[in-house]
Amino acid sequence: MRALLRNRIVRRAAGTAGTLFGVAVFVFVMLRAIPGNQITAGLGTEAAALTPAQQAALERYYGLDQPLVAQFFAWLGNMFTGNFGYSARNQQSVLDLTLRSLPVTAELAVLSIVLALLIGVPLGMLAASRPNAARDALGQVVSLAGLSIPAFLLATTLLSVFAASFGFNPNGQGFATLAEDPLLNLRQMVLPALVLGFGIAAPILRTTRAAVLEVRSEDFVRTARAKGVPERRLQVRHVLGNALVPIVTMTGLQFGYLLGGAVVVEQIFSVPGIGRQVLLGIQQKEYAVVQSTVLVIALAFVLVNLLTDVLYRVIDPRVRAS
Amino acid sequence: MSALRRSPAAVSGTVILVLLAVVAVLSFLGLLPYDPIAQNPPERFLAPSGSHLFGTDQFGRDVFTRVAAGVGNSALIAVVAVAFATVAGTLGGLVSGFYRGLADGAIGGVTNVLFAFPPLLLALSLASVLERNWFTVAVAIAIVYVPIFVRVTRGPVLSLREIEYVKAAVATGQSRAQIMFRHVLPNITSIIVIQVALSLSWAVLTEASLSFLGLGTPPPAPSLGSMIFEARSLVFVAPWTLIAPGAVVVLLVVGLNLLGDGLRDTLDPRNRGKR
Repeated sequence: MRALLRNRIVRRAAGTAGTLFGVAVFVFVMLRAIPGNQITAGLGTEAAALTPAQQAALERYYGLDQPLVAQFFAWLGNMFTGNFGYSARNQQSVLDLTLRSLPVTAELAVLSIVLALLIGVPLGMLAASRPNAARDALGQVVSLAGLSIPAFLLATTLLSVFAASFGFNPNGQGFATLAEDPLLNLRQMVLPALVLGFGIAAPILRTTRAAVLEVRSEDFVRTARAKGVPERRLQVRHVLGNALVPIVTMTGLQFGYLLGGAVVVEQIFSVPGIGRQVLLGIQQKEYAVVQSTVLVIALAFVLVNLLTDVLYRVIDPRVRAS
Repeated sequence: MSALRRSPAAVSGTVILVLLAVVAVLSFLGLLPYDPIAQNPPERFLAPSGSHLFGTDQFGRDVFTRVAAGVGNSALIAVVAVAFATVAGTLGGLVSGFYRGLADGAIGGVTNVLFAFPPLLLALSLASVLERNWFTVAVAIAIVYVPIFVRVTRGPVLSLREIEYVKAAVATGQSRAQIMFRHVLPNITSIIVIQVALSLSWAVLTEASLSFLGLGTPPPAPSLGSMIFEARSLVFVAPWTLIAPGAVVVLLVVGLNLLGDGLRDTLDPRNRGKR
């Protein structure tokens, strides 16, 4: 069994490596499809005034005189050695930019998931405790709202309402990291995390409701109740404990939404995370930044999916025991 | 169909969508009293009234007319995107699950690569690369949803090819393509229909997010996302410029979600017998 599991994980890891290679090819080809290159992006219309010799020199400098395949492997090789490219606009290496922005988005993601679980799991359990009653309808309204209100609309509205009505606008000043000023940082993170958390609370709520309803009708729950297990312990230990597998899986699946939503929410709340880095790269036409950052995000996403897979094997007693 | 009529979610979703469709069609036919694009500075920031149902914006344009046109544009992009994704994805899933082998490996590889991107990020990157018009926005969104349709159809096709009547069809000597379209495809239509409804709501949200970020249909064409973006700084001068497009985009997505939920409850074989 151990060998088999190891084999499974090895096979999964090999598949993941293949996928990541495909992702790199895709990103590279996609950004080469844009008319223009680093030279025209850097110089704009003035690029037309370059003499052929200057043009050739710049092409050699950026490696654009190499065949596309060579350019691709040069980029990929550089990524492995930590050379992610250079952002002329920020006068910084993309690696430095990423090392600063990635932890910010990671913090935002963790806070969003915590808020989503705090909203989704109790409401889902409440809805399941009496299906088709008023409390169930409440759950349905909340999840429908979570699925239907776009993050940018909720973010825009919260930002204006809180700033105007409560004078709460911590994002109006410079961003503070968790290490620099924990209190200010949390104040700056609360609204963005709430917006993202509300979006993913909906699928978590629905999954919790469905899973709890299913587990409740199992024989072992009836047995436990007959044995006189106290109701609270029964609900938490027996019902929720067994409903945890689909909940964790669903939470892991929401990570993609989170990383995409981060682009929008970070932009609105001026949070200098990795989503904003991509968007700025796109807006400023700094394709070196976009290319490497998108690859880093895809890598993070794939790794989280892999982790969810492993985690769910760990918490599912059936998989563990077999 | 009659089961669908008994689903309150499906009925209310349909009512909402029909209402919005009527408004969008009126706008497409040019039957609304104002022009969605022409500016009229003397009438800027008029509050909602009988003549301007949702008021006017910073250029004196009628917000109701612009919202109506925006709904039409959003719906057009979402429908084209999902139609493309449905056809391409279903075909991919059919071939992948029915032929197995090399085709399955190749389609699976491409699917995994596309799934490695957070959906909105992929749409955003594609939209930023393509030349900007409504069609390329639809293409960018479509590419994101193709792998979902591949995955949703491939599983059922895998189990269908082992079922007796499909094997019987093989024995009668029909071509594989014939069997695939005549015997396998009809059996997965309900799965596809549910997925279409759910994908439409995501497509509307994605389109709105892209245009909010300035990567959707370029201005001055009215788009719900860019209207909300422009209204950010006007919230306190003219709140209706934010509330109207905001409420309508939510209504559109709610309508699609309700219809999708209703379809899932009535069509999904796993729910049969539960009601």
